[in-house]
Amino acid sequence: MTLRAPRDPGAPVSLSKNGDRSPVARDDAPYLELAGIRKTFGRFEALKGVSLDAARGELMVFLGPSGCGKTTLLRIVAGLESQDEGRIVQGGRDVSTVPAIGRDYGIVFQSYALFPNLTVADNVAYGLVNRRTSRETIRSRIAELLKLVGLPDAGPKYPGQLSGGQQQRIALARAIATSPGLLLLDEPLSALDALERVRLRGEIRALQQRLGVTTIMVTHDQEEALSMADRVVVMNAGRIEQVGTPREVYEKPATPFVADFVGKINVLPAVAEGSGRFRVGSVSLALDHRQDIAAGTEVKLYLRPEEIGVHVNGHAAAGALAAKVAKVEFLGAFCMVGIALDAAGTPSLVANVPRQQVDAGRLEPGTAVRVSLPAGAMRVLS
Amino acid sequence: MHWHDRLAQGLLFACCAALALFLIGPLLMIFVKSVQDKDGVYVGLVHFREYFATPELQQSIRNTLFVATVVTMVTVPLAFTFAYALTRSCMPGKGTFRVIALTPILAPSLMAAISFIQWFGTQGLLKGLLAGASVYGAIGIILSSIYATFPHALMIVLTSLLLADGRLYEAAEALRTPMLRRFFTITLPGAKYGLVSATMVVFSYTVSDFGIPKVIGGNYNVLAVDIFKQVIGQQNFNKGAVVSLVLLAPVLLAFIVDWFMRRRLQAQFSSRAVPYVPRRSPGFDRAMLVFCSAVSVFMLAVLGMAVYTSFIKLWPYDLSFSLRHYVYGLIDAGVIVDYFNSLKMAFYTALFGTLFIFAMAYLLEKTRGMATLKAAVRLVVTIPMAVPGLVLGLGYIFFFNHPDNPLNGIYGTMAILVLSTVVHYYTSSHMTAVTALKALDDEFESVSASLKVPFYRTFFRVTLPVSLPAVLDIGRYLFVNGMVTISAVVFLYAPDTRPASVAILNMDEAGEIGAAAGMATLIVASSTAVCVLYAIVTRYLLRRTQAWRAAPRP
Ligand SMILES: Nc1ncnc2c1ncn2[C@@H]1O[C@H](COP(=O)(O)OP(=O)(O)OP(=O)(O)O)[C@@H](O)[C@H]1O
Ligand SMILES: [Mg+2]
Repeated sequence: MTLRAPRDPGAPVSLSKNGDRSPVARDDAPYLELAGIRKTFGRFEALKGVSLDAARGELMVFLGPSGCGKTTLLRIVAGLESQDEGRIVQGGRDVSTVPAIGRDYGIVFQSYALFPNLTVADNVAYGLVNRRTSRETIRSRIAELLKLVGLPDAGPKYPGQLSGGQQQRIALARAIATSPGLLLLDEPLSALDALERVRLRGEIRALQQRLGVTTIMVTHDQEEALSMADRVVVMNAGRIEQVGTPREVYEKPATPFVADFVGKINVLPAVAEGSGRFRVGSVSLALDHRQDIAAGTEVKLYLRPEEIGVHVNGHAAAGALAAKVAKVEFLGAFCMVGIALDAAGTPSLVANVPRQQVDAGRLEPGTAVRVSLPAGAMRVLS
Repeated sequence: MHWHDRLAQGLLFACCAALALFLIGPLLMIFVKSVQDKDGVYVGLVHFREYFATPELQQSIRNTLFVATVVTMVTVPLAFTFAYALTRSCMPGKGTFRVIALTPILAPSLMAAISFIQWFGTQGLLKGLLAGASVYGAIGIILSSIYATFPHALMIVLTSLLLADGRLYEAAEALRTPMLRRFFTITLPGAKYGLVSATMVVFSYTVSDFGIPKVIGGNYNVLAVDIFKQVIGQQNFNKGAVVSLVLLAPVLLAFIVDWFMRRRLQAQFSSRAVPYVPRRSPGFDRAMLVFCSAVSVFMLAVLGMAVYTSFIKLWPYDLSFSLRHYVYGLIDAGVIVDYFNSLKMAFYTALFGTLFIFAMAYLLEKTRGMATLKAAVRLVVTIPMAVPGLVLGLGYIFFFNHPDNPLNGIYGTMAILVLSTVVHYYTSSHMTAVTALKALDDEFESVSASLKVPFYRTFFRVTLPVSLPAVLDIGRYLFVNGMVTISAVVFLYAPDTRPASVAILNMDEAGEIGAAAGMATLIVASSTAVCVLYAIVTRYLLRRTQAWRAAPRP
């Protein structure tokens, strides 16, 4: 069974339906293209020229702090908000000025927006009914969708009788009922408790991959973004900071903002000394991969806490620095260890150390340790 | 632009045109007429100068302000105490007290005046209580107005007291705040907006009402009656326009004060407030019971006297039961037709008014685009609240009786009565509709667009059914007011569309108090029937269409 059914839910299944609008659209052409999108509200510039491509079938996540314009961008893609400038091409068709009702997408809102006076079945069927589909077909489609979202018996209930997570699943079923080419999710999980959130995360991702529907999801939860996305779009103040796979965004942040926003990170102010050497306080570090930075340039070095090696009893690798534990904070599997380097002028660091290692090394404030800062894991940004 | 959006915009434009035609146009005509002479020649401020040079008319202004001030100073504290008793005490019979206190809304204001004449007039049972003073004049107007305005003030204050957050009281108690201090630091500030609003409503109502002073005012002149005399008595429409503007001034002032207060106090209540639950306090509860009983006796005495008068032969000489006022005074005299006119008018007002008002509110709140026009409309729909019925009615004469107006065909028809009544009671109904619509998820329209469902389908399948309680509430409000309204329609009726409230006025003038009381009784009975019907419908019929409201959670 595949649910990637075309417009008419009764008709045979065809996966290439988004292509049939535009015969020229090749498979490697992006399904959705945004070019130079600008939007202002009064004098406030909410989007300052956003360009972006989404490949067919990919799950793209917009990630950014509150107010950075994620929802605005999503609503522009949906045609619920009109951009001041810029072009939107979906499935080879320029939809820049097409109103919402003329575009091809399904949407799920943070509030679910389920119709409270209609049963779950009627909610799911809401977009099917006016498409001259036989009642029998609609009924079987509803059953299929409800089964797909794991609530096969919810049909006759009212939304008010369901839990938040169940309502979210119904909203999802309603959005994919008409087999749209594009699925838009605006913070779909933020109203749920932590456990339900993690469970639905996996379910949505699995469903999306099974349907192969191009999907854009908005969130400000980085863990959600990293765990679900094919590609993450990190946004800040109306601009895109970086587009990349979750690993790229985490391991190779392109800007200080991305480094700061995605995950925890240590920041070390440094001065380049030329030929790949950088001075942090009284310590000089060799980063062979950044020979290109001219001597005297002020830069910042970024290092994830889990990359820092903390050693007791002199087993340290060459080049490890002498330091003292300043603080140990228990976080479960890991402990966050605050470290003060003995070298003058260096800022203190935070390292993630597995609990067993903390116990084995008897790490506590005042313990003398040696730390290694792996050059390969260090990002240099100015 | 998609044709759906065009349709929505077209509808909004049509609604705006209707508002301009039936509200703005007539009001502007008043300004125009006030600076013209009989033949339409511009004369500047001559009428105003003449007006302010006439001592009797100046006296009217003083009288009007005096009466309105006294009524406000009595009614608002009474209503506050009553509302306080209903929300903060554990006295028995709260539901009954509330219903009794709201009964004056069901009757035309004239009825109160007739009742007070029966009680305190020349033949009155309690005439002695006035110690020689005559009820005809300031005393009668004040008493009747207190009766008529009480429920309006009560509803406003009650709402603001009900909104109070119980957690504040719990916090105060935890801090061992004394009862009196709690009252002044939590209760009063919380009810401040309600009190100001009630003050403005009572003041405006008293200033604008014309039925009461007409019946019981005697030689005590007030502005509302002056307009009536100028227009109906002397056929001096331009002078009438001038008095209208003078009358509009204090009401407009009240309205503006209210508007500013509302803006300032908007954010006061958090939506997560926990309702306050009163606790027993025998002394306090008993005092409140005595107070509410006294007010209720007053209410019932006024209503009861009118009903009683209609069922006896002749007050106070022959008190035997009789239907003669109904049979001879109303049916045989042909006046009963007026009652059916009123029923028809109230019905049409409720039907078309609800449709229009709800549709307009929907277009304003739930469609996209045209932000500037919408902002203007939001302001315009608050105007009717500030326009006394007499002023509106006079504006309708000027506007629709104008030979050049292509719509002057509606002059003298039922349509103009219905239109003026809808406009007169527009603001509250609009507020009810907007509140209901704001409670709906903003994304319903977005979801339907994404599912390619036209907005009007979602309106009929979701928005309207979910808002049904509010829609019915608006319908009931318009019906009840359509039954009792007099001030706007008194200038606009034709012999064959004369409403019951005007008939009461005429019968009272002809000395047929029994028949007038009978008509008032019929009105009260009809409005009560509609309210009972409303209660039944909301409880039982809605249980089916709104099953989702009652649906139990897992
Ligand atoms: N209709 C509007 N009128 C005025 N300003 C708006 C409007 N919609 C959004 N904004 C502003 O545009 C900016 C971006 O809003 P947007 O809703 O896109 O943020 P977001 O990234 O989705 O934030 P959040 O995570 O809080 O949902 C915000 O500063 C917001 O105040
Ligand atoms: Mg948002």
